[in-house]
Amino acid sequence: MTMTPVRPDVALPPLASVYRTRGSVELKEFFRQRESVVFTLLFPVILLVVFGAVLDYDIGGGVTFTQYFMAGIVAAGILGASLQNMAISIATERSDGTLKSLAGTPMPKSAYFIGKIVQVLAVTLLIIAILLAVGVLAYGIDLPSGSDWFTFAWVAALGSASCTLLGIAVSSLAKNGRSASAMVTPIALVLQFISGVFFQFSQVPVWMQTVASFFPLKWMAQGLRSVFLPDALASAEPAGSWELGRVALVLALWCLAGLALCVATFRWQDRGTD
Amino acid sequence: MTRSSSAPVVAAVPSAGDALDTSAAISIRGLVKRYGDFVAVDGLDLDIRRGEIFALLGPNGAGKTTTVEICEGYRKRDAGEVRVLGEDPADGARRWKAQLGIVLQSGAGDSQLTCRELLRAQASYFSDPRDPDEVLQLVGLTEKANVRGRALSGGQRRRLDVALGIVGRPTLLFLDEPTTGFDPEARRQFWSLIRSLRELGTTMLLTTHYLDEAEALADRVGVIAHGRLMEVAVPSSLGGRETAPAVVSWTEDGVRRSADTATPTAFVRELAARFPGEVPDLAVARPTLEDVYLRMIGEPA
Repeated sequence: MTMTPVRPDVALPPLASVYRTRGSVELKEFFRQRESVVFTLLFPVILLVVFGAVLDYDIGGGVTFTQYFMAGIVAAGILGASLQNMAISIATERSDGTLKSLAGTPMPKSAYFIGKIVQVLAVTLLIIAILLAVGVLAYGIDLPSGSDWFTFAWVAALGSASCTLLGIAVSSLAKNGRSASAMVTPIALVLQFISGVFFQFSQVPVWMQTVASFFPLKWMAQGLRSVFLPDALASAEPAGSWELGRVALVLALWCLAGLALCVATFRWQDRGTD
Repeated sequence: MTRSSSAPVVAAVPSAGDALDTSAAISIRGLVKRYGDFVAVDGLDLDIRRGEIFALLGPNGAGKTTTVEICEGYRKRDAGEVRVLGEDPADGARRWKAQLGIVLQSGAGDSQLTCRELLRAQASYFSDPRDPDEVLQLVGLTEKANVRGRALSGGQRRRLDVALGIVGRPTLLFLDEPTTGFDPEARRQFWSLIRSLRELGTTMLLTTHYLDEAEALADRVGVIAHGRLMEVAVPSSLGGRETAPAVVSWTEDGVRRSADTATPTAFVRELAARFPGEVPDLAVARPTLEDVYLRMIGEPA
């Protein structure tokens, strides 16, 4: 038996290769799980198809509700791919020992989060692409043009980032995946009702509008309405304009708050086991 | 039980005042861990040498997992000193973890990935991993290479946990109740896997509540109860078993008789002289590992 000195120089693999591994692991974990694919990817598409077929009325200025709903359902799709997806999947991985097991390996902790970001990005891009395709092909939605794409990109990116961070933070509140789902699904549904996803925001009672304005979904939907609706309809917004500056500010603040919550609450194992 | 000649001889068990042995694989002094009012580990001292297989044996709630998870860096200690491969597990840097293999009692989680994909991912966290396919073969999961982790049976999943624990080519392997839920054949296969890892020089800390497992695998056994080490010994001498008086029993005049003796051979010779032929119902017994274990952990045998 050789008595090696206390600290042999142990090598570690390059960060980039571990990041690639985690990205690929997270993509497989998502797309091979039927529940997550149906719930996150298919459900918004079904809603678009149903709402598009049933609520095909004119909301003024020759704009159909489906065109209005497009902004809302894209926002809801982003919410599902980030907040709901992260809260449920991380709570599951915490309760079944996946996280604890990873924490015992030399995997850099950042790699876990990189993998999750890759997953959210892939799912978000896919859900947006599917919704746009269905909207255009089935309901003749007008696609955004010119600088609207830029607005689309930053609203989606900021919204997705804030909701991903919130989802990671919320996962620590749940005992397991099922309780995370039971907690976060109704909240998401209520937010969708009061944030101008299923109804026109102007029809939501003012006090509910006020509640909604504390959360990112309302601002995401509003920012996306500026992308999908003609500027004439900005007058129907609570402030009489799209308020893009405020959209950016609120979503950025939620990113900071979400990050702070993650740092304060993230755990690699169940509570009470340290 | 034959033991490889390189098996270390019993060293003196350290006591709380001794200095940490930084060349040991694991060195523990005065370890205390409390959960509220409950004292899970109550002043534990232990050295585990490099290359050794050490079994922590004890009933549920004795403090086995708490001790092991403190060594793995998962739990914080309330008092005492711990060095694992020369470092304090509470500091737990990545380079330190790169030398460990950890098989948790709770397993490695559910996954949609196949066994091979899981092992490849795990291997990518280390700079000099074992070949995932070789590891699959070592644990007998070659045929399940393309089966998803969550589709495995309980015993297969445990073998996958072990595979994940050894793919990084660890210097020190922690195995927390690795064979719970195995059928007898799977346990035998697992034992031969552990022996082949020993040949490769891997140090192992194993917890179990199977006495036969500790006896079959371990160079030394530590019996833990109520958070304290009751004894550390090679399995054959645990509880003074090798010097304990043998019990000779036989039937004479229709009555069952027995005698404790330190010299059973001489005793049986005398006994044989008193009977014309066979000594009726003759039996010579040493206390079994189970007898001494149950006595040590304070259960009525």
